Amino acid sequence: MRLAIFADIHGNRQAFTACLEAARARGAERLVCLGDVVGYGGDPEWCVDTMRELVAQAALAVRGNHDDAIGNPSDNMNADAQAAIDWTRARLSEVQRKFLADLPMTREEDNRLYVHAEASAPSRWHYVRGASDAGRSMMATDQHITFCGHIHRPALYSMSTTAKMTSFVPTTGVPVQLLTGRRWLAVLGSVGQPRDGDPAASFAMFDTGSREITYCRAPYDVETAAARIRSAGLPNWLADRLFLGR
Amino acid sequence: MPQPMQTGVEIDGFTIGELVHRGGMATLWTVTHPGIGVPTLMKVPLTSEGEDPAAIVSFEMEQMIVPRLSGPHVPACFGTGDFERQAYVVMERIPGVTLYKRLGDLPIPYEEARGIAGRIASALASLHRQNVIHHDIKPSSVMFRERGEAVLIDYGLSHHNHLPDLLQEEFRLPYGTAPYMAPERLLGVRDDPRSDLFSLGVMLYFFTTGVRPFGETETLRGMRRRLWRDPYPPRKLRADYPPGLQEIVLRCLEIEPAARYPTAAQLAFDLAHPDQVKLTARSERIDRDSLGTVWRRRFNRGAIKPQPKSDVAAQLASSPIVAVALDLSEGGDALHDAIRVTTERVLSTSPSARLACLNVLKLNLVSIDRTLDEQGRNKHVDRLVALKHWARPFGLEEGRLTTHVLEAIDPAAAILEFAAVNHVDHIIMGARQNSTVRSLLGGVSAKVASEAPCTVTVVRPSRLVAQADEDGEEPRDAAG
Repeated sequence: MRLAIFADIHGNRQAFTACLEAARARGAERLVCLGDVVGYGGDPEWCVDTMRELVAQAALAVRGNHDDAIGNPSDNMNADAQAAIDWTRARLSEVQRKFLADLPMTREEDNRLYVHAEASAPSRWHYVRGASDAGRSMMATDQHITFCGHIHRPALYSMSTTAKMTSFVPTTGVPVQLLTGRRWLAVLGSVGQPRDGDPAASFAMFDTGSREITYCRAPYDVETAAARIRSAGLPNWLADRLFLGR
Repeated sequence: MPQPMQTGVEIDGFTIGELVHRGGMATLWTVTHPGIGVPTLMKVPLTSEGEDPAAIVSFEMEQMIVPRLSGPHVPACFGTGDFERQAYVVMERIPGVTLYKRLGDLPIPYEEARGIAGRIASALASLHRQNVIHHDIKPSSVMFRERGEAVLIDYGLSHHNHLPDLLQEEFRLPYGTAPYMAPERLLGVRDDPRSDLFSLGVMLYFFTTGVRPFGETETLRGMRRRLWRDPYPPRKLRADYPPGLQEIVLRCLEIEPAARYPTAAQLAFDLAHPDQVKLTARSERIDRDSLGTVWRRRFNRGAIKPQPKSDVAAQLASSPIVAVALDLSEGGDALHDAIRVTTERVLSTSPSARLACLNVLKLNLVSIDRTLDEQGRNKHVDRLVALKHWARPFGLEEGRLTTHVLEAIDPAAAILEFAAVNHVDHIIMGARQNSTVRSLLGGVSAKVASEAPCTVTVVRPSRLVAQADEDGEEPRDAAG
C-alpha cells in the first residue's frame, strides 16, 4: 500500500491542498498525518475539517504540540506561536477542538510507529536534532520504522544491529529502501511551514510493500497563504518566513 | 531462519548451483532462473556470529546501490533478498577474470596499460554520472566485457550521493584497500568522486612500473604518510617512462583532490588522446617533493583538508567536456564569431570545462583522397592550425584545449561518434547557411541535434535570422 505522510500542516490551506493533489498523483491510497494540523497559518478551520473528513475515510492522525495547545494552553511557546494559537483557538468550533483533543499521541501499524515529535517521551515534544536524539527515539520503540515531524526539516536516520547511527538529508524524489536489517527514523519536512530553505511544501510517500520512502516537494501558492496570515492580523514574520522556507 | 546455502536449494525462484568463490565478506554461487537468459551469480553475505560486522553493512550498501545502476560498466542486477529471510543480491555473471590475474605480468607495456586505464576511466565516468563513487577501485574490482568495456564490480564500500551512507559513521577507521586508498579517505571524506581517480592512478602506476606507489602498508600510520609524502615519479624507476603518461599518473596521484583531474571523463579524454596531453613540470620530474614541501604539508594540515561536503552531480556539471564543431570551409567570420560568443558563455559558467575543437575533413566516396592539396600542403595540419587560431581568444591554458581533425564521409556521424566515445557533455556547432547545399545533403546540425547523446547548441549569426524562416531551421537548444 502506498501511504502519503504529512506533518506540520499548520493551518496552511494552500500547501495542504497542493500536497493532497501531489500525493494523489503519486498514487497515495491512504494518508498518515503526524500532527500539528493547526498553528501559524490562516486557515485552521478548513484544515481541521479536511483532516476530519480524511480520518473518516481511514486516514491516521496523531496529535502535535500545537493541536494539543488548543485544549491545553501552555506557556512553552514563543510569542509568535502563542499569538497564533490564541487566535486559532477562538476560531475553532467545539467539534473542531474536540477532534484535535481526541487525537492519539502515537499510532502503530504493522512495524511502524507514527508520532509527532519523537518516541522516547512523545508528550514532551523533544526535537530530533541529530543522530543521538534519533537514537534515543529508536531505542524507545520496538517498531522498525518511526515516522515523525515537529522539526520541519527532512532527515533520515538509521541504526544498525550494533547500534551505530547514520544520518542523511534525503534527496527529493529519490526512493530509499528502508532495509529490514536496521531500524529507521524518518523525520518529515513540513507541509505548511518548511524550514529547510526550500519554500515548497514537504511530504513523503511510503510504499509498505517495497519499504521505499520518497521525500517529495509540492510548490504551492505562497502569496495567498501569506496574505491569509496577514489579513488575520497574525505576526508578519509568520507570513514572511513562508517565502524563505525558514 | 535462512536455510543453509547449498546446491539445488531454491530461493525466490533462483536455483542455487555451485559455490564459485568464498571471500572474507561473502560467498558467490551460480544460480539459474527460468526467466533470465544470461549467466547469473548470487552473492550471499557472511552474517553468522563472529563474522566482521562490516560484512553486513557493506552488503546493505550493495543491496541499495546495485539495483539502481545501469549501463555496460556494471553487472546487471536481477534481484535482492533481505536479512529477514535470506540476504542476497543476484547479478549478471561477467565471464572471464579480474585484472588481479595480471599482477604476475607487471610491469605491462605502456600502451596496454594506457588502454586499460582509459577503459576503467570511462567506466568511472559512467558510474559517477549515476551519483555513485566506487571507493574500492583495485585490480580485483575490474573485469572486461568481450566487447572491451570495463565492468566495475563490488559496491560494498561505495557511496551514493542520494542514499544514506551506512558506512559513514560505522567504523572509526576508513574501510577499503590500503594501497589504493585516496588520502582524503583517511580524513573521513567519502563524497568526493576524485578519490576513485586517485585509486586508478595507483593502478596505472603499479601496472607500468611493477611497484605500488605507496607500498603495501596496511597500518593507519603507514597509510597516513600519503597525506604529505608524494610517491617517486615513475621516471625515477623507469628511465624510458613516457612523459605524457607520467603527467597523467602524477595528476591522478595529487594529494589535493582539486589538483587531480576534475572528472573521470576528462581523465578518460587524456588517456584516449595521449598526443594531446599538456605536459607540465610533472611530466619530467625525477625526484619527489622537497622535504620542506612535505613538512609544510604534514604540519600545516588545515591547508590540505578537502571541502567538507561535495555534491557529485554539481562537481561533474562544473567540469563538462564541450566539443565545438567548426566547418572551416564555409560560414565565414560571422558564423565563427557567433560560435565563439556562444562557446565563451558556456565556458564562463563552467570553470573546469575543457574544450575540444573539431573539424571534419570530408572524404569522397569515389575518388582516392590525397592528404596533400593542390599546392602540396598537408590539409590535416592546416586545419589543426586553423582550429587553434579560432580558439586562441578564449585564452584557455593548454591542458583545457584540444584540437581534432576527423576524417569521415559522413560529418554528422563522425561528430556523433566523437561525442559518444569521449563523454562529451555539450556540442556547439553552426547551422549550415547555404540552403541549397543542405537540402541536397541533409543538415549536419539537424542530424547531430536529433541523435546526440548530450546537449547540442546550434548557432546562427543573428543577422541571418530573416533567412531562417525560409530555411526552416531555427537556432535551437536541444537536450538529448
